[in-house]
Parts: sequence; C-alpha cells; structure tokens
Amino acid sequence: MTLTLRALLGATVSLTLAGAAMAETTITVATVNNGDMVRMQGLMDDFYAKHPDIKVEWVTLEENVLRQNVTTDIATGGGQYDVITIGTYEVPIWAKQGWLESLNDLPADYDIDDLLPAIRGGLTVDGNLYASPFYGESSFVNYRKDLAEKAGVTIPDAPTWDDIKAAAAAMTDTDAGIYGICLRGKAGWGENMAFLTTMANSYGARWFDENWVPQFDQPEWKAVMTDYVELLTKYGPPGASNNGYNENLTLSLQGKCAMRMDATVSAGSLTDPAQSEFADQVGFALAPDAGLGKRANWLWAWSLAIPASSDAKEASKAFVNWATNKDYIALVASKEGWRNAPPGTRTSLYSNAEYAALPFAKMTIDSINAADPTNPATKPVPYVGVQFVAIPEFAGLATSVGEIFSAALAGQKSVDDALAEAQALAVDEMTTSGYIK
Amino acid sequence: MARSLSPRRKMMMTLSAWTVALIIFFPVLWMILTSFKTEVSAVASPPQLFTADWTLDNYAEVWARSDYPRFFWNSVVISVGSTLLGLAIAIPAAWAMAFVPGKRTKDLLMWMLSTKMMPAVAVMIPIYLIFLRTGLIDTRIGLVIALMLMNLPIIIWMLYTYFKEIPAEILEASRMDGASLWGEIVYVLTPMALPGIASTCLLNIILAWNEAFWTIVLTTTKAAPLSAFIASFSAPQGLFYAKLSAASAMAIMPILILGWFSQKQLVRGLTFGAVK
Repeated sequence: MTLTLRALLGATVSLTLAGAAMAETTITVATVNNGDMVRMQGLMDDFYAKHPDIKVEWVTLEENVLRQNVTTDIATGGGQYDVITIGTYEVPIWAKQGWLESLNDLPADYDIDDLLPAIRGGLTVDGNLYASPFYGESSFVNYRKDLAEKAGVTIPDAPTWDDIKAAAAAMTDTDAGIYGICLRGKAGWGENMAFLTTMANSYGARWFDENWVPQFDQPEWKAVMTDYVELLTKYGPPGASNNGYNENLTLSLQGKCAMRMDATVSAGSLTDPAQSEFADQVGFALAPDAGLGKRANWLWAWSLAIPASSDAKEASKAFVNWATNKDYIALVASKEGWRNAPPGTRTSLYSNAEYAALPFAKMTIDSINAADPTNPATKPVPYVGVQFVAIPEFAGLATSVGEIFSAALAGQKSVDDALAEAQALAVDEMTTSGYIK
Repeated sequence: MARSLSPRRKMMMTLSAWTVALIIFFPVLWMILTSFKTEVSAVASPPQLFTADWTLDNYAEVWARSDYPRFFWNSVVISVGSTLLGLAIAIPAAWAMAFVPGKRTKDLLMWMLSTKMMPAVAVMIPIYLIFLRTGLIDTRIGLVIALMLMNLPIIIWMLYTYFKEIPAEILEASRMDGASLWGEIVYVLTPMALPGIASTCLLNIILAWNEAFWTIVLTTTKAAPLSAFIASFSAPQGLFYAKLSAASAMAIMPILILGWFSQKQLVRGLTFGAVK
C-alpha cells in the first residue's frame, strides 16, 4: 500500500469518526407567539454556542391551534414535537396520562429549588416535575395614579372589593372616555372564566363541591355575577362583553381604563414609555378580597415540557435547561434590560436588587405567592387549579359557561337565568362524564 | 339584443357595483394598510384607516424571523401538485359521468359532494393517525394527496358540468374516425373543454393555497406552507397585529396577483354553460 493510499484511508476514517462525534441532533420546539418566546428565538446564538451539536426547528402557532396540534400529536404518540410549550392547566392532566417526560434529572445548575414554590407546585405531579416554567404570572390591579388622585380616592396595596367598587365609581368619567374598571368579558375558559373563577374564589364560591356537584345555584355565585355585571355595566367600557386580555390592555395603554384587573405579565408593557403615554402614572395593587381569606388572583405559567414520544430527549432536556435556567434570565437582562426578563419563575430574580427596584416586581411576587392551586377556594374542593379546574372536561364546559355569562353581561339574559342555565349545563356535563354518580 | 340603459340607471348600477366591490375588498385593504403601521397605531382606538407613522419594519421583521421562501415553495408545490393530480383523476371520472352515465351517476355525484359537508375536525384523529403510520406526516406528497382528495369532489363536479355542454356527437364522430378512448379524451374532449379545465385549475389552486386546517394539522416544519406561516404570527395575547398583517399580505400576494391576471379566464370558465 502506498503512502498516499494510507494517508487517504486514514483521513477518511478520521473524517468518518469526527462526523459521528459531531452528528447533529435536530429538535422541534412548538411554541406560542408572544414577546418572551420571540425574544428567546432571537437569543439562540447563545444556545448554539453552548450546544453546537443541537439544531432547533421552531413551530410557532397561535395558542389554541398549538393546543390542538400538540394534543393530537401527543395523544397519538406522534413524536412530531420534542419540546412543547404548555400551560399550567395541561400539565397535571397530561402527566397523569403518562404523556410527559419527568424533568427531575435536569443538571444541578438548573437549581430546581430556586423555582417559586407556587409555580413549581402547579407543575409537579406525584413529586415529579413535568414542565419547566418559562415565565409565570398571577393577576393584580393596575390603575392610573393621576386619576385616583384627581378623584380623591386611595387604592390600598391590598384592597377589598368594596374599595374597588368605590374607586371605579369615583374615577369613571364617561364624557372624557375614562372607564372606572376594565375586566375580561369575552367568552372563553381562559378569558372571562379565568377572571370570574378567581372572583368566585374570593367571594367564597366554588365550581364544584366535594362530590363534584356544580355550585352555580348557590348564593355566593349570585353575588359574584351580580357585582361583576353591575361593575362593568356602570363603570366599564362600552361593549365590555367583547373585551378580553388584549382589548383591555390596549385600553389601558391608551389611558382609558382607570383601573384594570388582569395578568401581572402586562406590567412590563404598562410601564414602558414606548408603549404607554401613562407609563409613569401606573400604580399596582393586589387583587381584591371580600374578607374571606382568598384574593381574586390567579396563577399561570407557560412552561416547556418534553413529550414522552420524543426521540431526542437528551437534546430536548439540554434546550429546556438552557431556556429556563437562571443564566437565561441573566442573558435577557444583559441584552434587553431587567424589565424584559421572563418573570414569575425563580426566587433569585426577586432577590436581585435591580429587578426588585422595578415598580411591579414586589406586587407580582406577592400576587404569585398569594395563589394556592391546591387550595383555591374558601370551601373544600375536589380539584386543583386556581382559575381553572384541572380536569379534561373543564375547557369545554367553562367556555360554554363563559358564553352564558358573557351574554348576561351583554344584557341578553338576567343573572338569575344565566346562573340557572350554567348550573343545568354543568350538572349535565358532570353527570355524562361520570363525576356525579 | 342587449337592453339599453338610461345614463342615470347605468351610473347607479356602476356605483352599486363599486360599492359592493369595495365592501368585499375592504378587509384586504385594511390588512394591507395595517401591515405598514406601527404596532401601537395598528391597535389604536378608535381604529384609524390611515396613520402618520408608516413603516416597512413589519415586513423586515417578518422576513428576518421566518424562512418565507421555504413556506412559499411548499405552498406552490402543494397547490399545483394537488391540482394536477386531481385533474388526472377527475378528467376521466367526469368524462365517464358525462358521456356514459349509469343509473346511479347522479347519486354518486351527490355522495361525492356530501363529503364536503362533513366538518374536517370530525376526521382529524383518523386522518392524522393514517398519515403518521404511513410516514406522510409533514411531507409535501402527503399534503398533495390530502388536498387533492379534499378538492376532488369540486373538480369532478365542475368538469362534469363543462363536459355536459359538449355535444356527444362530436366525440362520437371522433370515434367513427378511429380515435381511441385515450385519443378521444386527450385530443378531442380536453381541447374543447380547455376554458373549463383552466378555470377549474385556477379555482383549485386558490382553494389549495388558502387551505388552513389540514395544512396546519398535518405539518410541523418541513412541509409547512404559507397558512402555517401566517399562523406563526397570530397571537391573541400580544400586540402583533401589524406583523400578522404583514405576514398575511406576504402570504396572499402571490395568489392575489395570479387571480388578478387570470380573472378573465376564471370568470369565463365559471360562467361556462350558465346561459344556453
């Protein structure tokens, strides 16, 4: 064998081995289109620098389409997605079905004990973490301090519903296009029913009793719906039954909502001078209570999980670790400022002096800590979840109930009729599904 | 003989036609205008048709954030492929139904059309499983087959209507002159029905291009067409209406241009046989 031939053979073998060592793993990440997720896609150079052997393909979809596609794939064991973005509602249901990979074995630098206990609790089933939070949120009150001052009202840091009603009445100035309060009215389990369920929690109401019997025929729900309809009819914007998160946020950015109760995650937009003319006038308060020990705030996290059907679990775990690690939060802060750091997931973020100085930081963490998914109502309940009930039937049922309540807000039916209709619908659904024997 | 219209009546008719056209086109116009606005202007309340701060940033960002050429090429392959495959099956089928009908031909046509009345979501899981097991999921050939099957009833119905207008005697004459079945369909029937075939083709391409259920359900990354491209910019919880509009404009522009240049052919084909 000539020297040249030997050299060629040697080079071929070396190249083959090197190729095998550097074999690229491609993972498909399914995600929603929101600011934090878009930001993450823009920071992928950092991930590729740390993991040159992993290639990430993105599937970005609208929330409901994503839910439909991911559910179809995961239920049929399709294996089309390696990392999925899921909400707190799905995690316990899917984990019990065996559809998700446990994330207990993420590397030590992931620092699992740094996760906020309330958020971690919502993503843990039987002691196993099944999703890693990318950002978490609760809900609170945001209001215009200048309007409150002008109206001569003070909104306490921890208000009651009576405080909210009085402030809404005082700040409403319909002629000037200022509405005292903006609340979600658009029908949907993640829209008006997310808000109404938390309001119900604070009023002592609940979706079901210990035997899964619906409770819409109880006086607590009557009080919730009466006050909700009255608040929005008297002090809310016109067409409130069509307003969801986005519409009310837009009204708030334009300064037309004197007060609003919604997700803590919108605080970044509200206090950003580039987005709001009233950024320096925004005040925050905890969601109100009715003196019964529960506040009307929810708990939600968009999290990254790995389907059990993924055939690239190790690479997927490397990605989940990168995207939800403390280092990622620091990376965002270094590139785009602390205001844009993904909120509501880690204790260390709130002990950071720079982040804690932001006007919404303390109120956000206090709101998250005030939510208890395992004990959401003042009375005992058989379910987990603050603004939802973690059973598969809930999304469909709550959306139907949401349509009934939205119609009541629009004046198409009375509160009594709406509650009776919701009760009949819920009893029927729970009986058909086998919860009520 | 054409009916003569008074100038006043003619003006009223023209005005009405323009009004209706504007109402139909208004959402597209709104979308195109929004695509040149900033995100803040896009969600201004009350809504504004025009703004002072026009920008091209949305197009730049949409282009930078996604692989538009890949989505575009997938759309082209899927819509043209499904149309050609559909025609290959539908022309012989429509010929048989139009010229050698059986006792049950009408029932067969109605049955085919009835499949269009079923909500797609009802068969989502079975179709998904079939595609998964056969390796067709997230492939262009899979979508070509799916969209061809979806639009086949419409193609057959349209071609059947055109073929019925062609006198059977002409085909008979070609047979007497010694034309084979293949020759009869390819050299006699097809040239005569060309306007109808062309408009069927165009309509099917438009339907396949705009399809936004199966193209999203059956794809992830490799075969995703422009419908998935639009969906990736849809965000109910974010202020991205301007970017969504830019993505939508980029997705519909090719088919809008195709429709514009072929409108004469399209209208001619669609009204073919409407007046005897």
